[in-house]
Amino acid sequence: MDFLAILSIIIPAALYTGAPLILTALGGVFSERSGVVNIGLEGLMVFGAFSSILTTLYIQDMVGPASPWIGILIAGIASGIFSLLHAVASVTLRADQTVSGVAINFLALGLAIFLIKKIFNKGQTDFIDYRINKINIPILSDIPIIGKMFFSMVPVTSFLAIIVAFIVWYIIYKTPFGLRLRSVGEHPMAADTMGINVARMRYTGVIISGVFAGLGGGVFATSISGNFSAGTISGQGFLALAAMIFGKWHPLGALGAALFFGLAQSLSVIGGQIPFIQDFPNVILTIIPYVLTILALAGFVGRAEAPKANGVPYIKGKR
Amino acid sequence: MQRLLQNEKIVNILIPVMAAVLGMVAGAIIMFLGGYDPVKGYTALWNGIFGSPRSIGETIRAMSPLILAGLAVGFAFKTGLFNIGVEGQLLVGWLASVWIGYALNLPGIIHLPLAIIAAAAAGALWGLVPGLLKAYFKVHEVIVTIMMNYIALYVTADLIKRFLYAGNEKSYKVKESASLASSFLATITDNSRLHYGIVVAILAAIIMWYLLEKTTKGFELRAVGFNQHASSYAGMSVKKNIILSMVISGAFGGMAGAMEGLGTFQNMTVLSAFTGTGFNGIAVALLGANHAFGIILAAALFGGLRTAAPQMSFNANVPSELIDIVIALIIFFVASSYLIRLLLTRLRKEGK
Repeated sequence: MDFLAILSIIIPAALYTGAPLILTALGGVFSERSGVVNIGLEGLMVFGAFSSILTTLYIQDMVGPASPWIGILIAGIASGIFSLLHAVASVTLRADQTVSGVAINFLALGLAIFLIKKIFNKGQTDFIDYRINKINIPILSDIPIIGKMFFSMVPVTSFLAIIVAFIVWYIIYKTPFGLRLRSVGEHPMAADTMGINVARMRYTGVIISGVFAGLGGGVFATSISGNFSAGTISGQGFLALAAMIFGKWHPLGALGAALFFGLAQSLSVIGGQIPFIQDFPNVILTIIPYVLTILALAGFVGRAEAPKANGVPYIKGKR
Repeated sequence: MQRLLQNEKIVNILIPVMAAVLGMVAGAIIMFLGGYDPVKGYTALWNGIFGSPRSIGETIRAMSPLILAGLAVGFAFKTGLFNIGVEGQLLVGWLASVWIGYALNLPGIIHLPLAIIAAAAAGALWGLVPGLLKAYFKVHEVIVTIMMNYIALYVTADLIKRFLYAGNEKSYKVKESASLASSFLATITDNSRLHYGIVVAILAAIIMWYLLEKTTKGFELRAVGFNQHASSYAGMSVKKNIILSMVISGAFGGMAGAMEGLGTFQNMTVLSAFTGTGFNGIAVALLGANHAFGIILAAALFGGLRTAAPQMSFNANVPSELIDIVIALIIFFVASSYLIRLLLTRLRKEGK
């Protein structure tokens, strides 16, 4: 098997599993750039996956193939609202943000399964009829070599996620809103002095992170799992968190890291087809993202530094 | 009343109690909104905790890993660190205890302690990594411990498959000489899985209390947690204390795993998802105000809720996930203690 053939297996696989991670990691960038630690991403993804599947199941007979798309949008809205809990606790009530995130994770899973049992009388939902299909992008997929590698048999959501990452980069680094968001996360008192409403910016950051994590969960459920149960989202949220850190709290860094982690995840599934990699024990591939994140934090793979005021509640007038 | 509320100690006790009550009330509201009967639900829950000798036995059994997980989180909290990696420390401890318990042939008086020590050592090692990184590279321990959780999950599953696999997704059983199981405790509680682990857990709680409150080292650990600069100025080694704290915390987490490995299950399953005990430890520590004896009480509450959840689902048809929701809400209320403090202050002022 030659190198190009290997690439044409692993690149689509990385794009496929990377999309939910990209979206969720971007959400994390918004929240943490505003100075609110969000380890509730996992729970927000759970809630997104749950909402998207539920919506799709309800409307698929009426709407048809468009239903998973509506499901994903509803997932974004639902998780955005759900993340308000984290915002209220960590901004207004000055709770420990890590603890509040842990509570979000518990609550989302508990609530989702509670409702699933209430509605379906069993621990998991039915499978949805329409998924986000893998497609060949017209024209681009006809380009020799590259076309097959990047543009064939890939869910559209993967491309959307990559485009969104660039939009987020533009918003955070090139707009006044982005500057304010970052300033609130770096030095809230200075930002406050300049007339920026710290609490409002942080609320916005957390809610956007909820929307993105919800979209991520929705994309995962409608393109990969196809139904929802307690095990649907198992660690993807934390993996996205890791991607955000490995990407140094930068949208494009998060994009790259999420794609890389998506690759590592998919390698443990498809690695058997690839010579050299199939000799590796599977466990090594599975733990690579986590080990790399630790190394990145320790400064072995470029220093990853969090926004200065990340995790510190801002109390007006306190020095 | 006003004078009571002015006493900071009483307020500190009042907050977790109020959080627990608020959590249960919110649970009742959710049951009501979901179309279930809250009275029936909580009656079933009560019976699931205290209804029979067997259920009491199961509650106490569930307490022991929770106490240890709570001690692990609480110990780190007291020294200014957030160990969210108890879940991973529990898993490696579980594996180490089962491994030693299965592979060695020793008299019980050596074998059992050795297996527990192995679990503690494995957990300590898992705590050492974030401790070292925090001390020498200023890496925040929360992220490292989360990552260590996943590494533990996948590595333990792989090791069982490689070296200890007995088929059917399970490891070999531990030898009798390393087992915490007790036919006496099982008999008096109508064949529950109650084992001697609870003794180990309570001893560990006493050790934590003594270490933190009564020894110089404990004072140092707390001082570093309270103010690193001041402690450093007073001549304490901040680095050493951070590492030591994570190691001790990890050791408690590892011992929580031994409770499962040598007590409840006698073997280890190839896990594909976390047990949740380590994360519940966070709730236990918060509700117990990071105090050794508070942690025992909180573990009793959560252990009871956890073991009785299936009963509630069986008798009152309320999905057992309600308990997860209640626990999550309790964490929320404790974490947002600012809200409860605010309410208490209002109460105090109105009296004047």
